[in-house]
Amino acid sequence: MEALLALTIGAVVAAAVYLMLSGHLLRFIFGLVLISNAANLTIFVAGRLTQGAPPLIAEGADAPAALVANALPQALVLTAIVIGFGLFAFAIVLVFRAWTEVGTLHPDDMTLAEPRENGK
Amino acid sequence: MSWALALPLVLPFATAVAAFLFRTSPSGRLLSLAGALALLLAAAFLMAEVLSSGVVAGQMGAWPAPFGITLVADLLSAVMVLITAMVAVAIAAYAFADVDADMERLGFHALFHILIGGVVGAFVTGDLFNLYVWFEVMLIASFGLLVLGGRPEQIDGGVKYVALNLVSTIMFLTGIGLLYGMTGTLNMADLSTAVDGADQGLLTVVAMLFMIAFGVKAAVFPLFFWLPAAYHTPAFSVSALFAALLTKVGVYALIRMFTLVFDHDVGFTHTILLWVAGLTMLTGVLGAAAQTDFRKILSFHIVSQIGYMVMGLALYTPLALVGAVFYLVHHIVVKANLFLIAGVANRIAAGTELSRIGGLYKTAPLLAVLFLIPAFSLAGFPPLSGFWAKFVLVRAALDDGAWAIAAVALVVGLLTIYSMTKIWAQAFWEPHPDNWDPTLDDLTAREKASYLLPIAGLATLTVIIGVFPEPFVAFAERAAAQLLSPDAYVAAVLGGGAR
Repeated sequence: MEALLALTIGAVVAAAVYLMLSGHLLRFIFGLVLISNAANLTIFVAGRLTQGAPPLIAEGADAPAALVANALPQALVLTAIVIGFGLFAFAIVLVFRAWTEVGTLHPDDMTLAEPRENGK
Repeated sequence: MSWALALPLVLPFATAVAAFLFRTSPSGRLLSLAGALALLLAAAFLMAEVLSSGVVAGQMGAWPAPFGITLVADLLSAVMVLITAMVAVAIAAYAFADVDADMERLGFHALFHILIGGVVGAFVTGDLFNLYVWFEVMLIASFGLLVLGGRPEQIDGGVKYVALNLVSTIMFLTGIGLLYGMTGTLNMADLSTAVDGADQGLLTVVAMLFMIAFGVKAAVFPLFFWLPAAYHTPAFSVSALFAALLTKVGVYALIRMFTLVFDHDVGFTHTILLWVAGLTMLTGVLGAAAQTDFRKILSFHIVSQIGYMVMGLALYTPLALVGAVFYLVHHIVVKANLFLIAGVANRIAAGTELSRIGGLYKTAPLLAVLFLIPAFSLAGFPPLSGFWAKFVLVRAALDDGAWAIAAVALVVGLLTIYSMTKIWAQAFWEPHPDNWDPTLDDLTAREKASYLLPIAGLATLTVIIGVFPEPFVAFAERAAAQLLSPDAYVAAVLGGGAR
């Protein structure tokens, strides 16, 4: 299961890097969404995968009796997803504003803040 | 104990809420300044606590470490919080004149204090994932501040800033995941011992992920391109705030992680850091030499100065870390001040492009003097703070036999003087190209006070550090000693001898 997930993460990262390097801001955002999910999966796998053992503690006990699933990575991933959602919402609006204000989504043509020498 | 730690975190967020509620009335900015002053008091209290009783740690929600989130302040954290609070006060006062009602209505003061809260959080947290959260808090507030106003240049610079910082964030997150998978803990003090049992080769790989992630934040070569693309576009208060604090949080995180956790293969990791430091200094200062805009020159100088701090970490001797800590504090004060001065120059001389302004020396000699202090300090003239910072670092390099990096540091100092004289000659010395004399008298008395008092305050601080360096160096020595032998830090977090 770990190997399968590791391969999945690799494939997602490859696709994300391809999108991010393709020279278009909208694709860059899609790549970013993909790669952030790859990072979340990494955390999830790093917490070890345990099947069919919910992290429940019996009444009266302080610790689970047997090996149970690790609950911490899920908390971390959840936090990362929530934060990522906010950041991507902002990034998408920013890209939209770039389209209306700057008039292009190709980073190479965005030279308002750093104009080229000898005019355009 | 934990109140001293929590208060500098609670105050900025409380102020942000209050300032947001009053964003349409003039009392919003007063609240903002009051909040910054309260933060300064809280930071001073934390500093007193750390000075008297050593490393202070508090467990949030009373979850024992390493299971809960730990807040912890050693001397380095405490001094960073204190200097952050000082810069916050200066910029909150400066914003009275610099930030217009439109930006205030859009929530400038709220975002400003959220950013300060994020920065303080990053300095006092003892938990790696919590550090990621504070980075995000800081980042989202900085996104907002950067594009506030929405001019096309801001959007353009903002896109690059946002894109590269998000990539760095994801690298950081991946690094956290892998480190957790290897050690089973995220508490930084616990990590410092837990990594001993991990596969050392893999650990170095993870260390590289962290180096790249923090390197983007700190704007080191070759990861700094987002900085000069964006820092000259927003309001001057925002530029000064970013220049003073954001990259320094990256440097702080580098110093923290590469003294506390990743000290297993110093020969490899810190050699890379040394190369990075040298190239950062050189590319930054050469980039600045090619620029002709007040703020763009200063932006590139942030990059070159970051190189000095990384150099202190990379040499990894006690004296070099003293230099890094000293440099960190000195640079925050000086760089914030230079951007604030650029703002005043822009206001009275109508521009920041050096060929289009001039004559400031003739009619605004006070501003000229106030510019000379941080500018010479940045270049490293005695007896200003920058001289001692560079002196300690170069001395450490020579003691260590690292001739090349010492030579680079000195040459970059010389080139810094070139950039500063360029600004001096064109903005202050030469007459204004349109044949009129910019003067401070165009400003109302209130504007003058709100512009010049923060600048004068920060300049005074620079002079004080320069003329009486002894206590500051002694302090940096203690902070560096704590960094190099983190036993007290680990004991304070994990409750002495528990492990």
